[in-house]
Amino acid sequence: MAPAKSDLPQGTLDLLILKVIALGPVHGYAIAQRLEQVSRGVVQVPEGSLYPALHRLENRGLLDGDWKETETGREAKFYRLTRKGMKQLKTEMADWQRLIDAVGLILELADGGAL
Amino acid sequence: MNWWKRLLRRTQMEAQLEKELTFHLEQHTSQLVARGITLDEARRQARLALGGPEQVKEKCRDARGTRWLEDLLQDTRYALRAFRKKPGFTLVALLILALGIGATTVMFTVINSVLLRPLSYPEPDRLLTLRVFTDQIGELWGFSHPDFTDVKHDSQTLGLAAWTYGGGTISQPGEPEYVNGRQISAELFSTLGISPVQGRAFRPDEDRPDAAAVAMISYGLWQRDFGGEPSAIGRSLVYDGKPYTVVGIAPSGFQLDGEADVFTPLEQRQATDPRMQNRAARFLRVMARLRPGFGLVESRAELALIARHLAEEYPKSNAGLSMSAYPLQKELVGDVVSTLWLLLCAVGLVLLIACVNIASLLLARAVSRERELAMRVALGAGPGRLARQCLTETAILGLGGGVLGVVLAFVSIHPFIAFWPGSLPRAEEIHLDWRVLLFAVGASLFSGFLFGLAPALRIPVRGVEQTLRAGARSIAGSSRRLHSAFVISEIALAVVLLVSAGMLGHTLLALSSLDPGFNNRNVLAAHFALSPATLENPEQIRHAWQDVLNRARRVPGVESVALADIIPMREGENSLPYWTTATPPPPNQEPIALASCVSPDYLKVMGIPLRQGRFFNEHDRIDSQPVVVIDDNLAQHAFGTKDAVGKRIWIPAMNPGPLLIVGIVGHVRHWGLASDDQSRVRDQMYYPFAQVPASLLHFFSSIMSIAARTTIPPSNVVESLRRELRGATNDQALYEVHTMDQLVSASLTRQRFLLLLFGIFAGLALLLACIGIYGVLAYLTSQRVPEIGVRMTLGAKPLDVIRLVLGQSLVMIFIGVGVGILAALAAGRILNRLVEGMRPADISTFGITIPVLVLAALFASFVPARRASRVDPVSALRQQ
Repeated sequence: MAPAKSDLPQGTLDLLILKVIALGPVHGYAIAQRLEQVSRGVVQVPEGSLYPALHRLENRGLLDGDWKETETGREAKFYRLTRKGMKQLKTEMADWQRLIDAVGLILELADGGAL
Repeated sequence: MNWWKRLLRRTQMEAQLEKELTFHLEQHTSQLVARGITLDEARRQARLALGGPEQVKEKCRDARGTRWLEDLLQDTRYALRAFRKKPGFTLVALLILALGIGATTVMFTVINSVLLRPLSYPEPDRLLTLRVFTDQIGELWGFSHPDFTDVKHDSQTLGLAAWTYGGGTISQPGEPEYVNGRQISAELFSTLGISPVQGRAFRPDEDRPDAAAVAMISYGLWQRDFGGEPSAIGRSLVYDGKPYTVVGIAPSGFQLDGEADVFTPLEQRQATDPRMQNRAARFLRVMARLRPGFGLVESRAELALIARHLAEEYPKSNAGLSMSAYPLQKELVGDVVSTLWLLLCAVGLVLLIACVNIASLLLARAVSRERELAMRVALGAGPGRLARQCLTETAILGLGGGVLGVVLAFVSIHPFIAFWPGSLPRAEEIHLDWRVLLFAVGASLFSGFLFGLAPALRIPVRGVEQTLRAGARSIAGSSRRLHSAFVISEIALAVVLLVSAGMLGHTLLALSSLDPGFNNRNVLAAHFALSPATLENPEQIRHAWQDVLNRARRVPGVESVALADIIPMREGENSLPYWTTATPPPPNQEPIALASCVSPDYLKVMGIPLRQGRFFNEHDRIDSQPVVVIDDNLAQHAFGTKDAVGKRIWIPAMNPGPLLIVGIVGHVRHWGLASDDQSRVRDQMYYPFAQVPASLLHFFSSIMSIAARTTIPPSNVVESLRRELRGATNDQALYEVHTMDQLVSASLTRQRFLLLLFGIFAGLALLLACIGIYGVLAYLTSQRVPEIGVRMTLGAKPLDVIRLVLGQSLVMIFIGVGVGILAALAAGRILNRLVEGMRPADISTFGITIPVLVLAALFASFVPARRASRVDPVSALRQQ
């Protein structure tokens, strides 16, 4: 039996998408694949929510979409970060880092203190 | 992309979305195929991974942010299509709504213009009206001239202005014409903050007893007699026999308690009116504007202080007197307020019934659409989405009705104002403005929401499968309960309106049958202006009036004629303090009686019964014993007995010494059939015109009226009377002619007007309720056809079926009537407080109105019941 995949923590899907797109223009399917690969199958990215999330980010002006040809000669919508998206990615990454640090700190404290 | 660009490129975006998702699926599929999975299996897995394409699309559309607008457009299109499919239903619903919203809008328009919109003067909230009170009697008519002068001089917080009524004959230019006039203090225009359209307002130095005679005229008179020429300024105007120079033209529509044509400086009245010096003669209306930096509270404190000082300084006239200030706007609209709110409430009830009615119609439709809705849920529509669609549909219906309603209101507002009894204050200002439109839109949307709610709540959330599987004819219990609730509330609302109308009708009947205290058949009453030339000396005045009486008596059809300063049930009164012992009671604590100054034939003309003693005759003269006649109320109050002839009474306003009571007459309902019982002053006395002191004769001549009893219909003698009394120099005029029948009937116009409107509203409510009952029962019975079929197969007779259906409707009717009676009792209490002479709700009112409603409701249920009884059991069972 395959190990159970965890659900993505609330609100992190946007961050992950932004990070993936920051590496260069990419289409929806590739984003899904990239997320799957990078997370080594640990987190489950629901493909059904990927597209609504992309459209939402585009609507907020964080992404821009261009129709371009892929290597196989098909037309696909490639997403890239806008300047606003870049900024948003930085703040969200910083926020995330702070959160992780704080949580880690609390966990260490519990280990050493009470026991 | 902007949201509107996204909206415009909707088709393009849809295509791109489709393409993007297809690309995703194809990529995934081809990758799976590359891993060695068959094409079909790969497609299946790719689809599973992505989820239902329609659901994903929906979510992407949601993410676009223009979703609501797209949905709105879609829903609107859908709703319009649905309405087109059912033109009959749509038309009925629109008409019902248009009536409801139109009537409500008319009422709101009037309320908005009369009550809510500020006065059309600059800084209207700083304008006040000043009033005078005593502990004993409450509010007095107005200020005395010396009090006004003192307050104006002493007040730091207020700028004061005063005016009083007047009137006279204009003999030049144009035809002789009696017009209403106002005497105003010089500050009046500046206090109100308005300026004349031509010329100027009075200067302070013109508002003096000895100043040159100047006048301002109304816009109307300027157009009429001066052709609207600017050159009218400086021209001469002969008014009341005296030449005035016109200095200014008042703005069009300017009013001081009704329209007037001539304005003259108040202080110039000193020459002819001895009351100007009398601190106890309170005949001035006073208004004021708050000076900058002061508020209402400060002005009230100051007024209280000034009043106390005046009371200390002039205890004889001012003891116990207090003064206060109130916003002018409230004063101007007066007692119309309660009528307006009453009508708005009644109209609101009708609108509510209309909404309930449409709701039940819509609900019936919604229930039959349940399967369609379930299908939509199955296809991916969320319940919120469906509710929105449902409400969009009803909002469109509401707005459609609202637009029609506003058109209706626009057309009917002016006829409605014309129909208003008496004069509606600020009527000239009434029109539709943005607030009214806002109200109409609000009312429409609120109605739409109200009747859209029930169908929206019917949207299936769970058990979609069962709904889809169940036959179209199954009906949930909750729907039946909801339908019954609609019918019950409609009936209850209709009961409230019916009982209110019944109470008003009952009241009107009871009031009409009251004895006014005089014989109102064949009596004519009219103001009369003597020729200004005769007003020079008292002897001439007495002679002129005698001449008028003699001439009037000669007119064919006239039986008897009399003079009187006040006429029962007409506007105008003269309340005087009196006492019955030689030592007067403390100032402002004396009892008050309504005093009429009349000529000897007055009793005969009015047909007032003489109870004891005698009435006046030609022997009561200025040089004989001063006499007075009282009514039985005064006799009872002052002497505790009806036998007061020969007793003495002191009425300082008429005579310094005691007067002899020579007769007792019946009480006259002077204040109107409805209001007399509650009026403050109910004691009455009469004194002979012949004994009016010489100094007051000129003033009295300006207020006297002629009353004539006729042998033919009184309106037939008006022309000959007018001709006969015109006078030698053609400058005497009869004006404001009424028959006493008109005055008696006019004293009940408010009650009649309310009854008429409530009657119309109640009729509408009854009709709507019946339509509602019919619709609901027809629907409910049609749902029960299979059940009825079973019953009939098992042996039920058509009569049993009728009984079954009628029984169902009777339960609803009786609950509705029960709830309605409780609400009607509460409504009756409100009516009791707001309408004079209102009779409380009694058994007979309910006894007449309720059966009407029950019968009408049963009749409405009979049609569906009969139809149900004719069901063919075999075909009914086959429908299942």
